[in-house]
Amino acid sequence: MRISVQTEDFDAGAELAQMRLAHPEAGALVSFVGQVRDLNDGAMVSGMHLEHYPGMTEKALSGIAEQAMQRWELADALVIHRYGDLKPLDQIVLVVVASAHRQSAFAACEFIMDYLKTEAPFWKKESTPEGERWVDAKEIDEVAKSRWNR
Amino acid sequence: MSLIKVFYFARLKESLNYSTEEIELPSDVETIAELKVLLAQRGETWANLFSDKQTVRAAINHALVDNDARIKSGDEVAFFPPVTGG
Repeated sequence: MRISVQTEDFDAGAELAQMRLAHPEAGALVSFVGQVRDLNDGAMVSGMHLEHYPGMTEKALSGIAEQAMQRWELADALVIHRYGDLKPLDQIVLVVVASAHRQSAFAACEFIMDYLKTEAPFWKKESTPEGERWVDAKEIDEVAKSRWNR
Repeated sequence: MSLIKVFYFARLKESLNYSTEEIELPSDVETIAELKVLLAQRGETWANLFSDKQTVRAAINHALVDNDARIKSGDEVAFFPPVTGG
């Protein structure tokens, strides 16, 4: 399991290959890449600043990945999340999970993203033609997380 | 003596114009909710930020907590808006 909070870009293909080759017991790998959109809430976005809470961020992401590892008995999990100044088409987040079978890999990857969206201390500030604005949290993300509580 | 360290992030940090401070907790302030009430009494900006409890989340020692979480001396408390990463 690896967690990284960084300003640098990442190579999703290389990360996927590295995890795959390290786990011959895993028959399934699922990955998710999040990128900066150029349109949000009806406004063109020219750039984005991502703030985070150093110390808590790493702890929150580790806790989320650890929960997924145990719940689905994963072979491995990786979360890379960037912070700082980003622009449209920049990658923000990478999640890769490896598991014996696909069902648990798909579920675990969604679980990690749903929890990351609602519990990892990141805040986005967008630059639009009307100026800068903080992005508001969405109720739909809380709903997405709540489906894992059963 | 109950000295705690408090951090503010994102919209809160920007509105208050600073990110961290040390606070000497009065003996009747034992929870996050009570600390929010104390901070809201500091003036209009503070009142606006801390009166609506829904929009301010809290963490103690890097763990998300609810309004009824208890604060003890030496804790690192953080206040911030709902998160928007990913």
